[in-house]
Amino acid sequence: MMNDASHIVNRRGFFKALGAGVLVLYLAPVDFAQESGGSRRRFGAALPSDINAWLHIGEDGIVTVYTGKTEVGQNIRTSLTQAVAEELRAPTASIKMVMADTELTPYDFGTFGSQTTPQMASRLHRVAAAAREALLDLAADRFKADRGTLVVADGKIFKGAGGDGAGFGELTKGQKLVKTIDDNTPITPATKWSIAGTSLPKVNGRDFVTGRHKYASDIKREGMLHGKVLRATSFEAALDSVDTSAADAMPGVKVVRDGDFIGVTGPDGLSATHAVGAIHAKWTTKPQPSSTGIFDYIRKNAGEGGGRGAINKGSVETGMAAATHKLTQTYTVAYIAHVPLEPRAAVAEWNGDKLTIWMGSQRPFGVRDEVAQAFGLKNEQVRVIVPDTGSGYGGKHTAEAAIEAARLAKGSGKPVKLVWTRQEEFTWAYFRPAGVIDVSSGAGNDGVMTAWEFHNYLSGPSALGTPYNIANQKCEFHGAKSPLRTGSYRGLAATANHFARETHIDEMAAALKMDPLEFRLKNLTDERLKAVLEAAAEAFGWGKRKAAAGHGFGMACGVEKGGHVATFAEVAADVASGGVKVLRATQAFDCGAVVNPNHLKNQLEGAMIMGLGGALFESIEFADGKIGNARLAEYRVPRFEDAPKIEIVLVDRKDLPSAGAGETGIVGIAPAVGNAIFSATGIRLRSMPLVPDGLKA
Amino acid sequence: MSRITELRVNGRVERIDAEGERSLLSVLRDDLDLTGCKYGCGEGQCGACTVLLDGRPARSCITSIGGVGQREVATIESLEHDGHLHPLQEAFLKMDAMQCGYCTSGMILSAYALLRDNHNPSEGQIIRHMNGNICRCGTYQRIIAAIQEAAKAGPEAK
Repeated sequence: MMNDASHIVNRRGFFKALGAGVLVLYLAPVDFAQESGGSRRRFGAALPSDINAWLHIGEDGIVTVYTGKTEVGQNIRTSLTQAVAEELRAPTASIKMVMADTELTPYDFGTFGSQTTPQMASRLHRVAAAAREALLDLAADRFKADRGTLVVADGKIFKGAGGDGAGFGELTKGQKLVKTIDDNTPITPATKWSIAGTSLPKVNGRDFVTGRHKYASDIKREGMLHGKVLRATSFEAALDSVDTSAADAMPGVKVVRDGDFIGVTGPDGLSATHAVGAIHAKWTTKPQPSSTGIFDYIRKNAGEGGGRGAINKGSVETGMAAATHKLTQTYTVAYIAHVPLEPRAAVAEWNGDKLTIWMGSQRPFGVRDEVAQAFGLKNEQVRVIVPDTGSGYGGKHTAEAAIEAARLAKGSGKPVKLVWTRQEEFTWAYFRPAGVIDVSSGAGNDGVMTAWEFHNYLSGPSALGTPYNIANQKCEFHGAKSPLRTGSYRGLAATANHFARETHIDEMAAALKMDPLEFRLKNLTDERLKAVLEAAAEAFGWGKRKAAAGHGFGMACGVEKGGHVATFAEVAADVASGGVKVLRATQAFDCGAVVNPNHLKNQLEGAMIMGLGGALFESIEFADGKIGNARLAEYRVPRFEDAPKIEIVLVDRKDLPSAGAGETGIVGIAPAVGNAIFSATGIRLRSMPLVPDGLKA
Repeated sequence: MSRITELRVNGRVERIDAEGERSLLSVLRDDLDLTGCKYGCGEGQCGACTVLLDGRPARSCITSIGGVGQREVATIESLEHDGHLHPLQEAFLKMDAMQCGYCTSGMILSAYALLRDNHNPSEGQIIRHMNGNICRCGTYQRIIAAIQEAAKAGPEAK
């Protein structure tokens, strides 16, 4: 299978495009995509083994790095710069990251699953290390010196300490040197890092505080029109008839029809909105399930368990028979929305049979392929450019806005910008699935757990297993029919599964009248998890501070995507008023060697705030194929007043490879808060969101 | 509504030709290329579109251009002078008070209006004033710290 990096292997063409210098190409082994949720698993198959990242050092000393990864606020533009700067011993300002442009960057399966740090960063370490070695060869030649006496520092190579030096640009002058490398290329161990491992500020931060950065929704093209799509009145509604004559008659408006797709273009957003409002369409709707009664619906429409991620160990029956304390409970989670502050948006421009798309996306190559398929084009006829994006959280994987913008651009003969409204974003995107989770467990009087049975319906198999050392276990995921379209979400099913497990563990500790920290530690053998639990407990003051009247403390812990997390929360809960306020939260985190401590803390704080929304009040309401709360006035997301004081404790394991950290920080907050509410009030809450309408006795 | 032909923005009088019913946000972004203000919700709930109208924070997505009149509009693009960032911009960088950055210009302008009226706001005052601005990435704690940091610059951070 060819991919789009193939053209750069043509060495002459490459150097013609970029100028002379040193080029290092990374040949990737076969990748396996991580869970992306929902039904979009088609890219989960084995991907081509080919060039996956590359780097060029030009005659001006500028290091240009090419990767298909996208920046969505997780600050990988910065962390990947650090990886390259570390190995090249070059100033970060001399490194330019070219990201997520299907014409310029090598194929990448997408930016999700917390894979950028474990995969791409280590590849860029290797690419840059190989480039440094190539430069050392050039310098040894130039200085007629032994390679071992040369020193690389600050973008230069010196002939011994204090000796003459030559900049990278001088060394690469007139060179056309190509190296290909693989995973065997040695890199600098984290214990010796001097640039990686430090809190380098966001490399293009200034562009954001000045408003200068151009997101996809800020792109403007010559002659560009604004688009608007006619939406069905409900999911799965069929178009009966349509009269576009009033819209057709509007000045500057063009109605574009392509099968069931109907949209308009206009000189500005308002005229397009008016025009689409003037289209008279009749729809045939069909009855659909509603959010009331959704959990029964999921159970009734669930399949057999035992597939993906299933765990069977010992005999649950035997384990239950041996238990003195037994507990069976059901936990539920609601559908929720990503609510990226930049909604889905795309600009499309045709030049003959070539199509260029600017779009905020986590899957530029996936979008390219979907767009090409929609228009019967070859992949290379479509170029997708992803500027640093106004967040995604797993919500920007699919190509709808790009295809719609491209249809409108084709129909109107002009470049078209399409920005989904917030209501469209809430309705026509996909959701984090709801779920039902049944848990049964048994433990002895000594507090040792003997049995664990766990069934997740619909929400997904991530983190299905338990980190607790329990001899008899059965954990299964059951797929189920979903009335709403579902897909990837930050932490996806791990959030639901941690909520159920860590709430249940707390219930068992209460049944045993054991301290929940002691109970967890007693049943854990994972040293890294125990270490974060103890670190968070210490920082939080567990066992040292007493909760004030009406306050409660709670905790949760877990392992997901290579991250080990423990979360503690203090809440104030008042049954009389129904008020719940999360006052403070402490989270300890171990994801191996820390790449950028400040940005890691920022990610963890943000994940906890985002998780707090799903924990306390976020829930999509729906009935008859319509979303009932498709506005920010009706769908509550966390605001300043909801944010607790957050303390992050980083457990920096320089002896271990770095794992990704964009997702796992979200999983602990909901059960920690639920357990704290129980501790404050004795009320046990088993549904996320916990208190959508306030606390009720 | 009639057509609007001029708008006072960032100390200049801009010639425009816009239907009065159009939003200030659309005119700033699409006609004047001042794209620092963002569309986030179109209902005045998220604050990404915040600009200053005669120094007061306004939701440009629900402000019609016909209703602006002679009032002076200030956008994020006006805060940097001769390559020097405003203390709030510096403080947002220093505190790493952003992730995706989409809310940042609205946050900075809301905070600008707060600090002009109150050089030394308490944390509670900051939270109350800023509560209409959403940061979906959840950097609230850092934004509060950045505003406190900028307040240290004194009346300069007006």
